[in-house]
Amino acid sequence: MNKIVSLVCGIIFGIGLVISEMINPEKVLGFLNIFRDWDPSLAFVMIGALIVSTPIFHLFKNKNKPVFSSNFSIPTNKQLDKKLIIGSIFFGAGWGLIGLCPGPAITSLALLNTSSVVFVVSMFTGFYIALKVN
Amino acid sequence: MNIVNFTPVSALTGGLLIGLSVALFFILNGRMIGISGIASNFLISKNNRIENFLFLVGLILGPLIYSLISGQEVNILISNSLILLIIAGALVGFGTRLSSGCTSGHGISGISRLSLRSMIATITFMLVGILTVLIKGIL
Repeated sequence: MNKIVSLVCGIIFGIGLVISEMINPEKVLGFLNIFRDWDPSLAFVMIGALIVSTPIFHLFKNKNKPVFSSNFSIPTNKQLDKKLIIGSIFFGAGWGLIGLCPGPAITSLALLNTSSVVFVVSMFTGFYIALKVN
Repeated sequence: MNIVNFTPVSALTGGLLIGLSVALFFILNGRMIGISGIASNFLISKNNRIENFLFLVGLILGPLIYSLISGQEVNILISNSLILLIIAGALVGFGTRLSSGCTSGHGISGISRLSLRSMIATITFMLVGILTVLIKGIL
């Protein structure tokens, strides 16, 4: 069942990225362009996601176990360290350069355009380098 | 500042679906979605490898299923500068692994948990993203 849930959740997430247009780099760059022609739409993606996920998380986090797994796995790291800040700065710079973050980048592979493929290959190389460095 | 291309209804609808995906994955599989985590773990870790792979396959099926149901083509506008794509991809990959999260892992899952780490990460990458777009516009 875990596997079916993973596939279905991926599909729902991907459709959400399409409907919200978060998959479109032009839309993302418009959202980040607050000093000139600002498209505030993507703030509503975050609001929409959080009003569902936040109450559900807090309702279920103290239950014994998830429906199809033996235990909940919730991040425990609370450290506010250099890695968090430097990593977020690198990420923000890359995001602002092209307008793709990891979810939309992978989802956009469905459209078979060369730019998405180049971005995703480079992104996976970045994952690999970061894991080697650490 | 001018407000342009504002589409709050589709943005909110898409956001609700993303929230639903995060909520279901947590209730059913017990994990909080972070796509940089799922993608990089698929690359290097044997744990949950099939689940992670299937989630990524699901993401890619998303636009195809959307087109099939709605009859509408999904179009995006993306830079075709190879050098920019390579630099940006590497920054996104390296940065999200160093900070253990991206727009989904910190911005949605982390903020849902009211994690201070994730709130700081989200504010940082948003501000740097805004600054990058600003500088790019000036150059």
